[in-house]
Amino acid sequence: MMLRLVPPLIALLLAGPILAGLSMALLPAFGYLPALGGETLSLAPWRALFAQPGLWRSVGVSFASGLLTTALSLAVVLLFLASAAGGRFDRWMRRLVSPLLSLPHAAAAFGLAFLIAPSGLLLRLVSPGLSGWERPPDLLIVQDPWGLALIAGLVLKEVPFLLLMSLAALPQLDPQRRLAMARSLGYRPTLAWFKGVAPALYPLIRLPVYAVIAYASSVVDVALILGPTLPPVLSVSILQWFNDPDLSRRFLASAGAILQLGVTAAALLAWWCLERLGAWLMRGWIARGGRRRGEVPLRLAGRGLILLTTVTAFLGLAGLAINSLATFWRFPEAWPRGLTLQHWLRVLPQLAEPLASTAIIALGATLLALVLVLAALENEQRHGRRPSRALWLLYLPLIVPQIAFLFGLVVVMEYLGTRPHHGLVIFGHLLFVLPYVYLSLAEAYRRLDPRWSQLARTLGAPPHELFWRVRLPLLLAPLLTAAAVGLAASIGQYLPTQLLGAGRITTVTTEAVALASGGNRRVIGVWALVQAGLPLVGFTLAVGLPRLLWSRRRGMRDSL
Amino acid sequence: MTQAHHLDLENIDIRLNGRPLVALDTRIGPGEVLTVMGPSGSGKSSLLAYLAGFLGGDFTASGAVRLDDRAIQALPAEERGIGLLFQDPLLFPHLSVAGNLRFGLPRHRRDKRARVEAALAHIGLAGFGDRDPATLSGGQKARVALMRLLLSEPRAVLLDEPFSKLDTQLRQEMRDWVFQHLREAGLPSLLVTHDYQDAEAAGGHLIELA
Repeated sequence: MMLRLVPPLIALLLAGPILAGLSMALLPAFGYLPALGGETLSLAPWRALFAQPGLWRSVGVSFASGLLTTALSLAVVLLFLASAAGGRFDRWMRRLVSPLLSLPHAAAAFGLAFLIAPSGLLLRLVSPGLSGWERPPDLLIVQDPWGLALIAGLVLKEVPFLLLMSLAALPQLDPQRRLAMARSLGYRPTLAWFKGVAPALYPLIRLPVYAVIAYASSVVDVALILGPTLPPVLSVSILQWFNDPDLSRRFLASAGAILQLGVTAAALLAWWCLERLGAWLMRGWIARGGRRRGEVPLRLAGRGLILLTTVTAFLGLAGLAINSLATFWRFPEAWPRGLTLQHWLRVLPQLAEPLASTAIIALGATLLALVLVLAALENEQRHGRRPSRALWLLYLPLIVPQIAFLFGLVVVMEYLGTRPHHGLVIFGHLLFVLPYVYLSLAEAYRRLDPRWSQLARTLGAPPHELFWRVRLPLLLAPLLTAAAVGLAASIGQYLPTQLLGAGRITTVTTEAVALASGGNRRVIGVWALVQAGLPLVGFTLAVGLPRLLWSRRRGMRDSL
Repeated sequence: MTQAHHLDLENIDIRLNGRPLVALDTRIGPGEVLTVMGPSGSGKSSLLAYLAGFLGGDFTASGAVRLDDRAIQALPAEERGIGLLFQDPLLFPHLSVAGNLRFGLPRHRRDKRARVEAALAHIGLAGFGDRDPATLSGGQKARVALMRLLLSEPRAVLLDEPFSKLDTQLRQEMRDWVFQHLREAGLPSLLVTHDYQDAEAAGGHLIELA
């Protein structure tokens, strides 16, 4: 049966390119790349790498950004969940946070940049009244050498990610009963959550947390917008060396890629040690049995921090919108002199090609991913086996830094003589789309009441009919949501498009990021908004279509 | 639909991880209802799952299930010719009432529309074909569920506490109605229940599992 071949096929599709890419970074890192005249193994690339000015600073910022982003995002999420008692504020926060998940990283980064830049919205609001500044202060706020703006930009996006991952995992823990039990023993609600739910929740979200560490320590697009420049973070340096017209710099880039792998691994290892430490402290804290102290500050922090990150993200989007419509806007003025559609009209003709590419790639990768994931899940249903180790494999593309294996993959493609085309980019995106589609569909698929399939089969429906006539329609809503998640993941990708497309295939995201160095805010505003809007189209359809299709089926709407 | 069928359960022995759970050797004749009772965990549901073809991997079973003298215990569920009636009517929520009935009809049947309409009329729901199943009353849903089962032309029927979720008055009515239809169709049936009144209304043999 063909279905049985799907899980190994997925394993091959995910692990194959990563292993091939890593080895083609590893060999040149030690001087071996015959196409460029590297015939013997040597340590020359490493010597060149360590002679780069500012290398250790790059490494330090990458490492710190990985750990700090994760620690901050996790703290915001856990504090919020602990303080959430299910009131109106919490419901509103959840509703506000979920669309942020679909917001591409680059758009969020531009939004933050426009907000906190010396001539950004925030300083305009306090100038000249409070600050006394008549012109933008000469401060390096965005692209600061410590990477603080970079970390802030990443936190804006990782909070929604970790929150939704936690919300998906929580129901298995039956948090209400745990809370009721702890509260009946005299614990105040927030402390009850920290002591009774959090220790059980963390193991369930450990893999997403690791993915955040890996992402934050090796991100490229956000770092191009918000990260330091002299020197940039390690991943951006690697990309610059790789793109250098002097091809011999590829050896340097390869050594850098292996170093990046080491930096991310070190960050993961450091986090693992922090986990041990945290668990030990937590045990002591729980064992002491405090029931009240710290309740109020924890609750206030929980609500305040999530409010801060969410409002910042939305203000950033508003800033993009104002910038894209502004005419003349002198510094301390809080509002532009006038509004115009001129910037939009100017960009519009250039949008067609990147939009078409974005759509082709996103639809292609998502469709492929859906077929593979459905086949794998259907195989699991028919043969009743649940893959356990496979989950690690799914997270592999999310935990191995993109920059470390993607350009090795480019080297492989160049070696095979493959020219950059859309198919290649789709294949590259599939690596990152497939895990998200799988993660968002698997639970719904497994939770579907088994009696539906038993019923259908006793009525005489063979497995394929059961799939098409029962399971697929019943799972339409989660299926469309998974598709929207896949589309959003693809639309936001920068590096796979840039590297596998060899700069010749442009999407909305690569165009927007390319504008970062130019600094024309009006144009950036337009592109970033287009980029932010595309995933929303997918999610709107995912929510709207089932409502429309099942408008006369109450039993289907109740499950939406 | 009025052919006579019979179901033979020969030396059925179901074990969970090696521990004996159910042992049974009996015959159910045309139109007869065998009632199986017993506390939770006594293996009633495992017996149903085994006969229908859904027994989980932790179980082992030996013996033979013969339907009209044909051994079916190795066949996949959809080829056994055994229909299943659940506690809930389980009308497919994405299909109309007619769509649910049509789902039961075997693929090779021609005049599908006419059959569905006749079936609706027979259960007093003429003109309800386009309705959303969620808008039907509990009794109406139960009747559609049984009619869908009968349209699939089973040769034997398993009933998994089919009346336990109905209110008292409706329960009595549905019992008589269901058993009458099963008898008329000449179907051998196996009923699993907690309720002695179900067994009484079924009128056949009673087996109690320990």
